[in-house]
Amino acid sequence: MSGHISPLRLYYGIFGALMLLTAITVGVAFINLGALNFTVAISIAVLKATLVVLFFMHVKFSSRLTKLFVATGFFFLLVLFTLTLTDYVSRGWLTAPPSEAGQLGRPR
Amino acid sequence: MSNHAHAAHVHHPALQHQFETLEQQQESATLGMWLFLVTEIMFFGGLFMAYLLYRLWYPQAWALGSLELDIVLGGVNTVVLIGSSLTMALAVRSAQTGFPRATVIWLLLTMALGLVFLVIKGFEYAHKFHDHHVPGPGFTMEEAWGPHGQQVEIFLSLYFAMTGLHALHMVIGFGLLSVIAWMAYKRRFSPGWYTPVEMAGLYWHFVDIVWIFLFPLLYLVDRAHHFA
Repeated sequence: MSGHISPLRLYYGIFGALMLLTAITVGVAFINLGALNFTVAISIAVLKATLVVLFFMHVKFSSRLTKLFVATGFFFLLVLFTLTLTDYVSRGWLTAPPSEAGQLGRPR
Repeated sequence: MSNHAHAAHVHHPALQHQFETLEQQQESATLGMWLFLVTEIMFFGGLFMAYLLYRLWYPQAWALGSLELDIVLGGVNTVVLIGSSLTMALAVRSAQTGFPRATVIWLLLTMALGLVFLVIKGFEYAHKFHDHHVPGPGFTMEEAWGPHGQQVEIFLSLYFAMTGLHALHMVIGFGLLSVIAWMAYKRRFSPGWYTPVEMAGLYWHFVDIVWIFLFPLLYLVDRAHHFA
């Protein structure tokens, strides 16, 4: 059977990179960047997950069909987040301005 | 009959009759495993969606809640789990290259690291029970939470649901790896056929990825805003 065999130093290198990224994300957590804290934390987590998927799970060396399956999973996860958030985030955008009673969307 | 005997001779014993070659069989197994992992992504995805939405609604409670979690224990567990992913990858590699003894050792090391993770998680849970910070009838709110107490309870509910489901996956992975380690010990794998090791590896790495997201989202995010 002809599975791709990665050199050992690749595995140790990926492990080192994951450790480094973990250290960075912990460090950044103590610096107040406002809304950027969330963006940075998620970006680093996505980068770490990508390294694990590509090299530890061998997706980089897998067939195109396998790559498609993997991408499909993450694509539908994004669909779940995006469609749900477009609903919840936009609620109240199109309601009438608040009345004197101060309650949003309530008819006068 | 001689034809049949000849065919049986060249066929690898692990090759199922519906496949032409071991490569094709391995490709099918990989696709099937990833299909399962895609359902797992969506399964955890629902909880991540709930997390996102409540975080959007109750940012203060999320900052207060994440401060209740022990960043040192969470950080150590992150290192332990990523380390276990490395040992798992090395177990697969030694199976690929035909070192069954090394495969067994790397698998046992992976299981040991998984156990360390679960023990640390257990201490974290015990601490939460001790402080009455487990959502439910006995839940006790802190003065510092002010008006956000009930929302912090929602944060902690999601914390227990997400880390609990993750820990359950770790326990299942531990059982899975013990079977694979036994098979490796019995010299069932060879460079020609090591599919179960590779599939168990995919599962283990997936569980690691879930934690890669849980750690920053539960322990780290909004931590700095408290000190502002």
